[in-house]
Amino acid sequence: MEAPRPMFDTDELVINMGPQHPATHGVLRVVLKLDGERVVDADVVIGYLHRGIEKLSENRDWTQIVLLTDRMDYVAAATNNLGYVETVEKLLSLEVPRRARYIRTILAELQRIASHLVWVGSHAMDIGAVTVFLYMLRERELVLDLFEEYCGARLTYNSMRIGGLPLDIPPGWDKKVLGFCDLVLPKIDEYEQLLTHNRIWLERTRGIGVISAEEAIAAGLCGPPLRGSGVVRDVRKDEPYAAYDELEFDIPIGSRGDTYDRYLVRLEEMRQSVRILRQAVEGLPEGPIVGKVPRLIKPPAGETYHANESPKGEIGYFIVSDGKSTNPYRLRVRPPSFCNLQSLPRLVRGHLVADVIAVIGTIDIVLGEVDR
Amino acid sequence: MSDSTKNNPPDAANRENAPQDGAEKPQTTGPAAPVTPEGAASPADAPPEPAAPPAGAAAAPPKIAPKPAAKPAGAAGEGHKAPAKAAAVAPTGPPDPPPPADVAVPAFVAAVQQAFPDAGLQVSYWVGDWTVIVPVARLADVARFARDNPATRFDYCSDVTAVDWPARTPRFDVVCCLYSTVHRHRLRLKTRAADGELVPSVTGVWSGANWLEREVFDMFGVRFAGHPDLRRILMPEEWQGHPERKDYPLEGPGELLLESPQEWLKLRQADDEADVSG
Repeated sequence: MEAPRPMFDTDELVINMGPQHPATHGVLRVVLKLDGERVVDADVVIGYLHRGIEKLSENRDWTQIVLLTDRMDYVAAATNNLGYVETVEKLLSLEVPRRARYIRTILAELQRIASHLVWVGSHAMDIGAVTVFLYMLRERELVLDLFEEYCGARLTYNSMRIGGLPLDIPPGWDKKVLGFCDLVLPKIDEYEQLLTHNRIWLERTRGIGVISAEEAIAAGLCGPPLRGSGVVRDVRKDEPYAAYDELEFDIPIGSRGDTYDRYLVRLEEMRQSVRILRQAVEGLPEGPIVGKVPRLIKPPAGETYHANESPKGEIGYFIVSDGKSTNPYRLRVRPPSFCNLQSLPRLVRGHLVADVIAVIGTIDIVLGEVDR
Repeated sequence: MSDSTKNNPPDAANRENAPQDGAEKPQTTGPAAPVTPEGAASPADAPPEPAAPPAGAAAAPPKIAPKPAAKPAGAAGEGHKAPAKAAAVAPTGPPDPPPPADVAVPAFVAAVQQAFPDAGLQVSYWVGDWTVIVPVARLADVARFARDNPATRFDYCSDVTAVDWPARTPRFDVVCCLYSTVHRHRLRLKTRAADGELVPSVTGVWSGANWLEREVFDMFGVRFAGHPDLRRILMPEEWQGHPERKDYPLEGPGELLLESPQEWLKLRQADDEADVSG
């Protein structure tokens, strides 16, 4: 983006957006340097929700950390759980039973739909379409009901265990998942009717926050923002985990790399998730749900990095075990929201103040994960 | 996951620590047995001097007596046994095992090795992950090479992070997790940096490393040379100390640190000694 032409011969104005702004999705503060209505520069101030989850993890047992991971991206707790337990399983060289891998996939994809629903809803509400938000929450409620029936919780699930799962699915639950799939597909078309060809929506999202594929890769963008720029990169396909190598799905990508494309990518991802869910439920194998887990979890000394595709992007865990203690020596989370958020100044430079709201929305951040 | 499980069993079996079948016995009866040979095989780090402070510091704290007395008792009492034990025998770094004979070194690792024959690179393999250990001074060069060389093409920097090993002489491991969107392979670059040593920044190679390095600086106090904007990121600007260091207390600094940092430090050292002796 070339340097914006000054609109009036005035001084630059520095204003704070947030940390208590409803459109900043939590406690995010953006210091905007403005020339009239145009953004000259932005500085992102984070850390208001820092709870030291990495430090806490180093002082907890391996099994206790699963519920700390719930508290990072609290809109998508199941995928956080999944990334953590898989990394520990990798350190332990543990084999996870096929049934457990399938159920994990089902939970992760339900979670992806729930997270994207919240995203579309809040993004649209930020831009001014309040109705969509209510529709989205209506459908998300169904996903939460499914989770509640599975593990009893609606937000922080603690739904995975090292080596498998805490619970098998309740009887008839798989039928309900299929029922949800049948229900949600036409709903996604309904959302598209509300937004995709809506003139106001197009005006507010087309050509806003454009980033090219090369820049997006160099800037470390991940997930839908990276795919919106046309990069075919999805951890589920490139480094398959859980049961993704046995299931068929496509990776939707955008072409222009703007806010509108990222919206289309996420909507299509929900359809692909439904496709994965159907295959996983229909092909759900019988068998145990927990592998041969040692009674005392104590991985041999060593370190590893393992990535997952969360709804926000690549969530990676870098874990170091010293082989002696019952807690990790170091646990590092590569938070997708954090890595995506750092491109915010680059995306909003030259746009209007109102577009900053649209761009914050399009990145899809959860501050609990940004700050940890 | 399936990927790594396919690769692992032989590798893990080499180290007699495979937690597959009947692993419970070796795990519970003698956890030290499989670990020590690895520790001994670990790179030629000089056996570290114990990092504990001289005993003179212990004389000071009685002024603020209740805390050091209460602390070890509480620590020994319930649940916190493991951290206390770990403090007694502070680990001196990951084993960084060299690749076993039956694992072929992939082209992207070989390319990096060949390009820097005189740099003293060390290659390590563990549970399917490749790591190249680079001397601090060459980190940026190796990073740039890894990004641009057609055989490697690591154009995506997933993560930059650090690990604190207080008992080791170069105290910190700084780790870059790289990925290639072209070849779809992964590599970790790792360097060992002493406390206060400048580490070359990789922001010039991957602009996405900017915030990640800021977080490493904030949490560990590792400084990066050539970073455009090295400020704290998660902690407040005026914060004292670096929370992810192992010697930073989990419960936070408390009010004493803010009021008189010297007293706080003495108290801290006395605590550590009580942990070691108790």
